[in-house]
Amino acid sequence: MTEIIRDNPEKNEFLVNRSVFTDREMLARERAEIFNKCWLFIGHETEVPGKGDFKRKKVGGRNLVLVHSQDDEIRALYNTCPHRGALVCRENEGNSRVFRCFYHAWSFTNDGKLAGMPGSDGFPDDFNDEGTKDMKAVNRVESYRGFIFVNFDDNAVSLEEYLAGAKEYIDLIADQSEYGLEALGGVQEYSVRTNWKLLAENSVDLYHGMPTHKTYFDIKQDQDPDLKKVKLEGEGKDLGNGHAVMEYVAPWGRPIAQWTPIWSEDLKQDMEDMKAELTERFGEERANRIANWNRNIVIFPNLIINDIMAITARTFYPTSPGYIEVSGYSLAPKAENEEHRLARNNNFLEFLGPGGFATPDDNEALELAQEAYTNNLEVQWNDVSKGMVRGEGNAKATDELQMRAFWRQYDKVIQESFNKEVAYK
Amino acid sequence: MTVTTVTRQDVVDFLYTEAKILDEWRLKEWADLFTDDGTYLIPPIGEPDADPLTSLFYAHDNRSRLQERAERLLKKEAHVEFPHSTTLRNYHNIIVNNLESDVISVELNFTAHRTKREVMDTFIGKAYYDLVLQNNELAIQHKKVILQLDSLRPHGKISLIL
Ligand code: FES
Ligand SMILES: [Fe+2]
Repeated sequence: MTEIIRDNPEKNEFLVNRSVFTDREMLARERAEIFNKCWLFIGHETEVPGKGDFKRKKVGGRNLVLVHSQDDEIRALYNTCPHRGALVCRENEGNSRVFRCFYHAWSFTNDGKLAGMPGSDGFPDDFNDEGTKDMKAVNRVESYRGFIFVNFDDNAVSLEEYLAGAKEYIDLIADQSEYGLEALGGVQEYSVRTNWKLLAENSVDLYHGMPTHKTYFDIKQDQDPDLKKVKLEGEGKDLGNGHAVMEYVAPWGRPIAQWTPIWSEDLKQDMEDMKAELTERFGEERANRIANWNRNIVIFPNLIINDIMAITARTFYPTSPGYIEVSGYSLAPKAENEEHRLARNNNFLEFLGPGGFATPDDNEALELAQEAYTNNLEVQWNDVSKGMVRGEGNAKATDELQMRAFWRQYDKVIQESFNKEVAYK
Repeated sequence: MTVTTVTRQDVVDFLYTEAKILDEWRLKEWADLFTDDGTYLIPPIGEPDADPLTSLFYAHDNRSRLQERAERLLKKEAHVEFPHSTTLRNYHNIIVNNLESDVISVELNFTAHRTKREVMDTFIGKAYYDLVLQNNELAIQHKKVILQLDSLRPHGKISLIL
């Protein structure tokens, strides 16, 4: 049994055992206890808006097809043929009433039901009466404000209960437009040679903002000399179940609805209108919060929703202790005007994209940490104490409370699995 | 001087020089190869004709942002490229079109190898150029890079100028 965290409130010290970033046995445990049991983000409902629309997805290590079936249900089918296992759907996305496995040409309607097979006289009439020859669907698929999640554990609590305090923050994002949000095309699929938990940490770590992203802020400051006056101020919060958020004032232009001098006067007017509309819908206080504050949310274990200079939903999965596959989505209000949308998309690729001026530097930091964990035997602990001295209710956005919330949940889940083994012995 | 004096070899030499400038990290000189209305684009993988309003690009730079891109990568605080990685670009299958007109269009295949900390990533793709004559020199008006990859795995990022 491993001591994963040392949580010492008297000393205001919080430590994480570095072996959790490199140990293969720990990864197996994470798969069993975390990725097989937690709610995992699969996509946004606007990715499959019409009947027959489908997209292939890799979630929690599974090959799935997210499909809007003919009966108007959104399903997640396991992309494997009930016959001898081949991947049935080979296109990344499209629209189809049927999926056909090319190996022996079994075909399935887009709700997974077996629709036909060649040489059916070789099979009994009641061959599929129990539905065992249909493509199997994930039993638990639930969505919240358009964000669709799957859970491979049939006994899991409901998505809403699981999301706990994170719902309030998803609401602040989904409320940005009365028409709702849509997922843009061109999902960014990249990798980082690092442990997955380091990306979860990094995503709610404002402490690294200035040193890691100095070149980005340099560029923004050239564009807007007033930027200097805005400090990255705000709070960090534990949202329950391992979820956490940092919420802080935005120094940069926000496409809803904080104008910045590199944008045109027309856009300024458009943003003022948008702010006025938000005020009408929600009152001044909430409108301010929606328009002028940033939110970076970690939803345990592997969904990050950033509502910063654009909105991204990022998810990631470890294929080994030191390698993750990341998928990055951009979300934007439906019916956004074109100039506005372009400003948003420029913001996105500039900071959040893997070809941008910030995200590559994050990934470099995470890869350097992973590389230096070769020293784990002699240098054993990470320090995640920042802000503990302030008391947990008073955490600043630049503190590390968000990461402690994640780690406490991680520790809880993994220790339970150790305890189960002890009980069985 | 008329554009008809430009030969295919001039175009090829110009492109090889661009590759050499990039491999030597002379990035400000690279930005100087562009016209004032120059653009540098990398559309999403698998969507070469994507609309920047509805799809996420990796790069969608006007002249000032490609300048920012070049200058950023020369700073010590561009951590991902400090120290600079070692790169090697090769251009192949160069097809030069419209040699006689005001805008010469070129398409080519490229490979760009990047090695850093003993890990090598290889980018492959096609690049499309619109070239014009400016003060008797060739200049890039538009450069569009189409990655011929399934995803950015294992590369993870495009911290180079491709
Ligand atoms: S494996 Fe699919 S039809 Fe045989
Ligand atoms: Fe960062």
